[in-house]
Amino acid sequence: MADVLERVTKIIVDRLGVEESQINLDAKFKEDLGADSLDVVELVMELEDEFDMEISDDDAENITTVGDAVTYINSKN
Amino acid sequence: MNLEGKTALVTGASRGIGKAIALELARLGADVAVNYAGSEQKAADVAEEIKAMGRRSFIVQCDISDSEAVQSMVKETISQFDRIDILVNNAGITRDNLLMRMKDQEWDEVIDTNLKGVFLCTKAVTRQMMKQRSGRIINISSVVGRIGNAGQANYTAAKAGVIGLTKASARELAPRGITVNAIAPGFISTDMTDELPQEAKEQLIGQIPLGTLGDVEDIAAAAAFLAGDGARYITGQVIGVDGGMAM
Repeated sequence: MADVLERVTKIIVDRLGVEESQINLDAKFKEDLGADSLDVVELVMELEDEFDMEISDDDAENITTVGDAVTYINSKN
Repeated sequence: MNLEGKTALVTGASRGIGKAIALELARLGADVAVNYAGSEQKAADVAEEIKAMGRRSFIVQCDISDSEAVQSMVKETISQFDRIDILVNNAGITRDNLLMRMKDQEWDEVIDTNLKGVFLCTKAVTRQMMKQRSGRIINISSVVGRIGNAGQANYTAAKAGVIGLTKASARELAPRGITVNAIAPGFISTDMTDELPQEAKEQLIGQIPLGTLGDVEDIAAAAAFLAGDGARYITGQVIGVDGGMAM
């Protein structure tokens, strides 16, 4: 769990240019981390690459917070 | 050769305008995936011609109105070339008929290939181009999409739709370094226009300020320009290559 969060955090920091301290499980990509719709799509694409999985569009739509991403990845691994 | 090291996917590249574009991109240095729907031998000939220029090329069969087939075509292109720098949405069909006689099927087939096909191919390459943070998408519309044409309600609607799709995708993808432009050819000498009766052809030529049909190379030159570095700052535009028919 910690490892997944760490890797997800790194991707978000790189992609969105936010501080690591802004990131917690409840943080919303759009509202809290300043991502636009395309940013979220790109984040999901990078998560797919990082964790070697495919995230369907339907599933991706439900990933709106850092916690959603971590939970989803853990449920698939 | 300003396209050296670039890779391209051209739909409907076995003949006509698509073939001319594929060959021109290759001449300028690009590797080219040659898509075709039915003319396998002609597509293979185009690929051979490209390989003879020292570029990589392969043929890929795909009905572009079929979402899954489009996805596997794009996958195949990425696995062969590692990236897609240029997508040329050229493939198209006609099912001409007078509006009052036009069958639903004639309408649907043209919209499915000429408009939905452009959407599907664009959607399928977007992921790769977003990762690359660069890409050029060139949509082949038509002068009739700008000024209309009797007997081609389906084709005209699809080609006008392509212009709207070009502008929407240009806006959406601009922040990722991807440009999307359309070329609107006028009446170009191809198999499609050769089928027209002589009388209709003469009448057409009368509507062209420059007084002659265009050649496929005229369209290929515009596509090569849009694919090259010189068009870096151009997106969401429709370039008419039509002898002045639409101004």
